Amino acid sequence: MPKITYIEHNGKSHTLEVPKDLSVMEGAIQNNIAGIDADCGGACACATCHVYVDEKWFDKLVKKSDAEQDMLDMAFEPNKFSRLSCQITVTDELDGLVVKMPSKQA
Amino acid sequence: MIKTDAIVIGAGPVGLFVVHQLGIIGLKAEVIDNLDKIGGQCIELYPDKPIYDIPAIPECTGEGLTNSLLEQIKPFKPNFHLNERVQSVSKNENNWKVTTSKKKTFISPNVIIAGGVGSFEPRKFLIKGIEKFENNSLFYSVKDKNYFKNKKICIFGGGDSALDWAIELSKISEVTLVHRRNEFRGAEHSAEIARKLEKEGKLKIKTPFQINSIDGEKTISSITIKSEEGKIEKIPTDCVLGFFGLIMKLGPIAEWGLNLEKKTIPVNTENFQTNKKGIFAIGDICSYPGKLKLILSGFHEGALAARACFKIAKPNETYRFEYTTTSKSMQERLGVKKSD
Ligand SMILES: Cc1cc2nc3c(=O)[nH]c(=O)nc-3n(C[C@H](O)[C@H](O)[C@H](O)COP(=O)(O)OP(=O)(O)OC[C@H]3O[C@@H](n4cnc5c(N)ncnc54)[C@H](O)[C@@H]3O)c2cc1C
Ligand code: FES
Repeated sequence: MPKITYIEHNGKSHTLEVPKDLSVMEGAIQNNIAGIDADCGGACACATCHVYVDEKWFDKLVKKSDAEQDMLDMAFEPNKFSRLSCQITVTDELDGLVVKMPSKQA
Repeated sequence: MIKTDAIVIGAGPVGLFVVHQLGIIGLKAEVIDNLDKIGGQCIELYPDKPIYDIPAIPECTGEGLTNSLLEQIKPFKPNFHLNERVQSVSKNENNWKVTTSKKKTFISPNVIIAGGVGSFEPRKFLIKGIEKFENNSLFYSVKDKNYFKNKKICIFGGGDSALDWAIELSKISEVTLVHRRNEFRGAEHSAEIARKLEKEGKLKIKTPFQINSIDGEKTISSITIKSEEGKIEKIPTDCVLGFFGLIMKLGPIAEWGLNLEKKTIPVNTENFQTNKKGIFAIGDICSYPGKLKLILSGFHEGALAARACFKIAKPNETYRFEYTTTSKSMQERLGVKKSD
């Protein structure tokens, strides 16, 4: 199973096995990882699942859709490595992915 | 003070359908929502998008579903109190007393919380100490555009509201539109008009820039904005308008003494009652083992909660299970019974 590392804003790191085809957001929610709210349940409609993807991994992800970019505008302090974790699907290629959570989601 | 059989908090699809379930068994409801319109997430987040899993409706949009629900509950003439947040729910002898942000009070033996993921509130600037400017020089909506006449205004955001108000207010005031990206999210047509106004010198556009600080004594006197490279610019400003869409905030619901689990309210699945007698939670806001955040689940939850409300509202009457197809009294309430 692919391993995903979630780093909370305070630096606390969690490395978890997340089943393929789940989203990076679901991996966090199902394991009670703090820092991802996911208020809209993954519908790309709330921007409370915002993460900063590790620089080394950012270009390996499937490109974001316009809808995701629009939603990211609403996120708290996005930067160029920002993604919505509900829009990233876990695959074998993403084994080792590292994402950081912002200081808050809204 | 308004007295009723059940107070419904939230006018999303689940709050609407429970009005129907209350209505057919003879209970009156008052519905309160913080949004300025009826329909909850369906109307605020995806009015034009399709839904394919409402039983017996192969396809409808968020807005279509809302309209059909409104049609279905029309016979019960529920009162809607929009633009009002429920602030408190407290015990009042055998009833619950509910007060809103507009200082309205409601009294009822039953409160049904169909609050979704919380009340829709405008997303705000996340800068400390700027609350004092709110409603004197910092706004998240426009109530009266004349207030902004001949003033220096900075508008933030890249969606339709930001573009539309930048275009509109540029006719009567000096407007700077600031957005964190070069592309606007709003309608292409509006973005073109804004760019045209910029060329004509009638509107200033600053992209990609973000807010850095909002400064002033009692009211705003200037702001600073920051580019991606960290370059800072100061802009003398009388008023700031932020249009960042809405966000769902659990808000006051957390203060009513109800058990909470990760922003949801645990319920007993027999009647969807919370840890307080006469307070029910249905739809996205309730949780129980196996809960699915789907509209169809919310409809079922409302049907059961409504029956439980009956027992509390009419303790001396016997609840009888009936079908709408064959029940005379239900059909009378629905206004469809033909006199024999
Ligand atoms: C993009 C998207 C697509 C979706 N697609 C589907 C789908 O295909 N099928 C499906 O079944 N579901 C879908 N859903 C989920 C569905 O929309 C929700 O399950 C549904 O809206 C929940 O309804 P509700 O009535 O419980 O709450 P909501 O629709 O969230 O409404 C709650 C209302 O309560 C109000 N409120 C909360 N607290 C207060 C307060 N204190 N005072 C006043 N008002 C308050 C809020 O302002 C809000 O209007 C989708 C969701 C999204 C975001
Ligand atoms: S969970 Fe709402 S946008 Fe990802």
